[in-house]
Amino acid sequence: MPKLDLKTAGPFIALVVVFIIGVLVNDAFLSSGNLSNILARSSFIGIVAIGATFVITAGGIDLSVGSMAAFISGCMILLMNALMDSIDSMLVIIILAVIASLGIGALAGLINGLLTTKAKIEAFIVTLGTMGIYRSLITYMADGGTLSLNFTIGDVYSEVYYGVFLGLPYPVWVFLGVSVIGYVLLNMTVFGRHCFAVGSSESVARYSAINVDRVKTATYMLQGVCVAIATIIYVPRLGSASGQTGILWELEAIAAVIIGGTVLKGGYGRIWGTVVGALILTLIGNILNLTDAVSNYLNGAVQGIIVIVAVYLQRGAWRRD
Amino acid sequence: MPDGNNKSLTFSVRKLRKSFGPVEVLHGIDLTLRGGEVHAILGENGAGKSTLVKILSGFEQLTGGELHISDESGNSKQIDAWDNAIAEQAGVVLIHQEFNLAEQLTVAENIFLGNEIKGRVFLDKKTMRAKAQEYLDILRSDIDPDATVGQLPVSAKQMVEIAKAQAKNARVLVLDEPTAVLTQQESQVLFELIDRLRQAGVAIVFISHKLDEIKQIADVITVLRDGQLVGSYPAAELSKDDMVRLMVGRELSSLFPEMPKVSETAEVVLRVSNLLLQGNSTASSFELRKGEILGFSGLVGSGRTALMETVLGLRRAAKGNLGSVEIRGERVDFKQLSAARSKGVACLTKDRKGNGLLLEKGLVFNFSLFSLHKISALLIDTKQEEIAFEKAVETFDIRMKDRSIAAGNLSGGNQQKLLLAKILEAEPSIIIVDEPTRGIDIGTKSQIYHFIAQLLASGHSLILISSDITEVIGLSHRVAVMYHGEISGVLVGDEIEEVEIMRYATGLKNKNLHQEILDKSGTSNAKA
Ligand SMILES: Nc1ncnc2c1ncn2[C@@H]1O[C@H](COP(=O)(O)OP(=O)(O)OP(=O)(O)O)[C@@H](O)[C@H]1O
Ligand SMILES: [Mg+2]
Repeated sequence: MPKLDLKTAGPFIALVVVFIIGVLVNDAFLSSGNLSNILARSSFIGIVAIGATFVITAGGIDLSVGSMAAFISGCMILLMNALMDSIDSMLVIIILAVIASLGIGALAGLINGLLTTKAKIEAFIVTLGTMGIYRSLITYMADGGTLSLNFTIGDVYSEVYYGVFLGLPYPVWVFLGVSVIGYVLLNMTVFGRHCFAVGSSESVARYSAINVDRVKTATYMLQGVCVAIATIIYVPRLGSASGQTGILWELEAIAAVIIGGTVLKGGYGRIWGTVVGALILTLIGNILNLTDAVSNYLNGAVQGIIVIVAVYLQRGAWRRD
Repeated sequence: MPDGNNKSLTFSVRKLRKSFGPVEVLHGIDLTLRGGEVHAILGENGAGKSTLVKILSGFEQLTGGELHISDESGNSKQIDAWDNAIAEQAGVVLIHQEFNLAEQLTVAENIFLGNEIKGRVFLDKKTMRAKAQEYLDILRSDIDPDATVGQLPVSAKQMVEIAKAQAKNARVLVLDEPTAVLTQQESQVLFELIDRLRQAGVAIVFISHKLDEIKQIADVITVLRDGQLVGSYPAAELSKDDMVRLMVGRELSSLFPEMPKVSETAEVVLRVSNLLLQGNSTASSFELRKGEILGFSGLVGSGRTALMETVLGLRRAAKGNLGSVEIRGERVDFKQLSAARSKGVACLTKDRKGNGLLLEKGLVFNFSLFSLHKISALLIDTKQEEIAFEKAVETFDIRMKDRSIAAGNLSGGNQQKLLLAKILEAEPSIIIVDEPTRGIDIGTKSQIYHFIAQLLASGHSLILISSDITEVIGLSHRVAVMYHGEISGVLVGDEIEEVEIMRYATGLKNKNLHQEILDKSGTSNAKA
């Protein structure tokens, strides 16, 4: 029993430790500006990682999320700029772009899902392929440079990122909302149970009258929608998209999921763990920013190490059971 | 093979205790195994048989008590360190109920797995192959040492396990429910082999729920009840009734209940016409009536499971299949099991580990997985789920010391009960069961048979695939026998008896043949 508790509490303990390190390293860390910045930033990765929790729990993997985010950003910006000529209301334009974004996300997920289930290609290969495709598409759309959102719309839209409600930035509220919905979906619905079952054993799932292909495809679509939501709150932050947008998001998302205790080989997932995982990653990035001890450029290296260590620990714990 | 000079071998346990966490499951067991003796261990599901033999063979550590083993010269001494490697060194080998073979490797490679014979640099494949052939010859088995294990039938796999035990020079051979997956004929082959090992002085431990088998081959019988030792007895002194009484602690009423009659005019709930299975040239047809049990008999690999899984949409029919499936007169074409379930059809798989249960998940999770639709609108009603589970634990007498364990930690028989409960919780009206009582003790078996009788009385219908021929005969209203992927005959009334069933199962008789010759005026029936 105590071991089980440690498993659940592990990510939370790690979060507290990282937080204390932050406090010790720099006085600026505790400023309300910095803290709300951390929360807002963790929202992007967090939301993407919630989707990844479903995919991984059901035994899949999606490497395409980062370039998918970049591609969707580009589409949104092109669409909004184009609609400027024909529609007067900024609000209507933004709403149309949001709807389009969700649609593209779901469609991209559907494609990943169908390729893995119907064409029976490994998820790793499929999403590696789509990752390359979206990355190249956004670079092409931006002609190798940067796509910028029309200034007038950007002004209105920026409220989505910079606006504050009850002291917290909007993205944090969206993150919270997605987390709660994700939690309910994974732990309290038939779909969630099916994700666990499919990830544990596809053949047992099949003999339990679960439509395995449909469940897996649904997780990829959910992942696509989560990427779209993250993109919707990310676009107003910079008001632009380029070939560099969303680089390494897949690493961060998968890292957040694994740090949170979701099992990489599938069959077991934890939404709150993922949320904590996203917070830990963002905190570490922030601390690296605030200190001179380690270069900020090494952030990716630190995250890479964390993923590897987290999986190693998971395997160890797995074997001892 | 041991030289036969170690008749003096003894291997014993004293006051053996075993706990999993805070829960004790073996409470002080005494047992002595002797070379040249077949020692049967008998007990209800969850009594602790598997746990006991896992300790004997070093797969589990004891938490109390002592082990003693005699050396080559017959001096018994206490063992202080014991694990799987040491046990194998000492010649104690366990053959698990679930085999431990590497499916992609050949027979010879498996026999020497972890025990390889090395040349100077590389493995000495030639010697290993020759040796493997030698072991197989001693077992009088015609298995090809170069065959890939994954392609072999279960009985052959078991033979490979035993050959593997010989390569380890087994002095004590422990078999945990070896016959659960074998047909009667295959079991007889195994018994001949056990007999030869016994004569060679090997001590054999044999676990089975089939009392006839125990009667046939055991020299000594040890009975466990709920983790306690009831006693060890010379096999000759115990009748089957004695065994049951010692095991269950009470007399057992009749094994098979009186089955409700089915009228000739009862509605046909399932009609399969001319369904063509993959890899077959003859189509199958049969009917199931309301309130009926239709037994399916046949040798392993005769296509019973394939036929049912094709009906249910778990497998594709052959290309060019023109056959049809009707449920209560309505034509159906299931692509997914969920479609079958919504028409009230469900199936119990015989592959408990591969298709039946998620062994690392909890009991309730497994129990409700097939029937979640019943207890959820938007969200799953976990309270109702809990209540349904409690009820099933009672109905199916699922026994465990601790409800929070994973399904894989239930005893084998209790896993089977959980699987049965899982399928029936969906309340199907047409139930297809494949080896439903595999590994289930005789008391619970009788309980399940009575439960099935109740289901029939309330209008359910059942298809029973079983390699336990007494079960098929005892329960079925009619028996369909399959041979090489086709139904060679449907037997009714007095025809339903063992010899006749075997005639159809081995192709000596075939009701189609006659028909076919008439239909196709003698086109070739000589299929492989
Ligand atoms: N790893 C484990 N963790 C917890 N409990 C266990 C574990 N393994 C076995 N048990 C429990 O020990 C008890 C004895 O189980 P065991 O498998 O030895 O029974 P068995 O006599 O072999 O029964 P069966 O005839 O059904 O195979 C059961 O209550 C079972 O749930
Ligand atoms: Mg057992």
